[in-house]
Amino acid sequence: MKYLDEYHDDQVARALLHRIEATVTRPWTIMEVCGGQTHTIVREGIDQLLPDAVELVHGPGCPVCVTPLSVIDHALELARRPEVTLCSFGDMLRVPGSSDDLLRARAAGADVRIVYSPLDAVRIAAEEPDRTVVFFAVGFETTAPANATAVRQARDLGLTNFCALIAHVLVPPAMMAILTSPANRVQAFLGPGHVCTVMGWADYTPIASGCRVPVVITGFELVDLLEGILAAVTQLEEGRHEVENHYARAARPDGNPGARQVVEEVFEPCDRAWRGIGVLPSSGLRLRPAFAAFDAARRFPRTGPETREHELCIAGAILQGRAKPDDCAAFGSLCTPEHPLGAPMVSSEGACAAYFAAGRPARQGGDPPV
Amino acid sequence: MCLGVPGRIQDIDDSAALRTGTVDFGGTRREVCLAYVPEAEVGDHVIVHVGFALCVIDEVEAARTWALLEEIAALDDELGASP
Repeated sequence: MKYLDEYHDDQVARALLHRIEATVTRPWTIMEVCGGQTHTIVREGIDQLLPDAVELVHGPGCPVCVTPLSVIDHALELARRPEVTLCSFGDMLRVPGSSDDLLRARAAGADVRIVYSPLDAVRIAAEEPDRTVVFFAVGFETTAPANATAVRQARDLGLTNFCALIAHVLVPPAMMAILTSPANRVQAFLGPGHVCTVMGWADYTPIASGCRVPVVITGFELVDLLEGILAAVTQLEEGRHEVENHYARAARPDGNPGARQVVEEVFEPCDRAWRGIGVLPSSGLRLRPAFAAFDAARRFPRTGPETREHELCIAGAILQGRAKPDDCAAFGSLCTPEHPLGAPMVSSEGACAAYFAAGRPARQGGDPPV
Repeated sequence: MCLGVPGRIQDIDDSAALRTGTVDFGGTRREVCLAYVPEAEVGDHVIVHVGFALCVIDEVEAARTWALLEEIAALDDELGASP
């Protein structure tokens, strides 16, 4: 398919690898922000093809992984209400809550439906006025325009049986949290190509200059990633720390103005808890007061007890680049995609799922995570 | 969920409240919201995420980047760098 197949060209990939080898003189640690990038890296074995001096660590850019346990439990609570139809993207269904997941809740009789687009959830609400449709609105800046549009459309249609459980998160505050952590090892970022396609990159300039880290906006295919890595190591070797766009076919300086406008109209920034990381200031989006009627958390406040992660799961350290999936004692044994202990083993963007799918073995006696 | 996939616009319906169209993803066709790519035309490639086109792929930029990459590959070949 055009704009996919050519970016797997072996000859170009090999040439980029040679350039990277010729450029690197010292060890560098680079974080790819997006889970989609992590999956390409692990599937293609890019981390194993790179010179030893270049280490890739995997970032927090997996919306399924960072959605807090309490919100998953809230979604489960709503799904079990007899009047509620809970609509969700498919990859949320297997994410473990504290004692259950949405797939098992559905098997036990809850009305849980997978939607491809948030507009499908609005359509269900319009077609089934007797049901209360709750859309589980998770995601980063890439998903925000779609989810905002769904809420606005529900308002325009005058629907009173539609609301959304919002757990939206934003990339730049997570990058800042990683860089300012005392345990930080990240010296450069492969920036989130599709987030920048929506939002542009004005927010990344102060991160690059303030923290003196290169931010290379990068795509998602083999050649894209090698191109991004080459640009990052070139900046590091030259002592530069700039925002550089290497996803020029999609990302533009001011992003997509129309998509940004609907996000701005429907959502406002808020503090948000990240699963495994904790609360980060101004790191999420919530509905503006004008759309409060569509807020599922207001309509059905959570009643369940406080929840706790599985004690073996090290998802928090993995999401911050302090550990890798194969550092985990449970990886591939107690924790598998069939029986996940933590969200990164579930999602199509989770680092643990990427390692498992690529057949990476569990590391015996690996260093315990920080 | 957060994955964006390129596809080619097959047809466009401007009559609804939200601009929509059919996008072909290497043989699989889906209805996609085109509200945020008002400039998109039939035949354009778009990147689609959860049923919404996020951008029209810039063919000029794509060709320019690709020419640079091919130059790198040709130079690499000339240097006879070992695999």
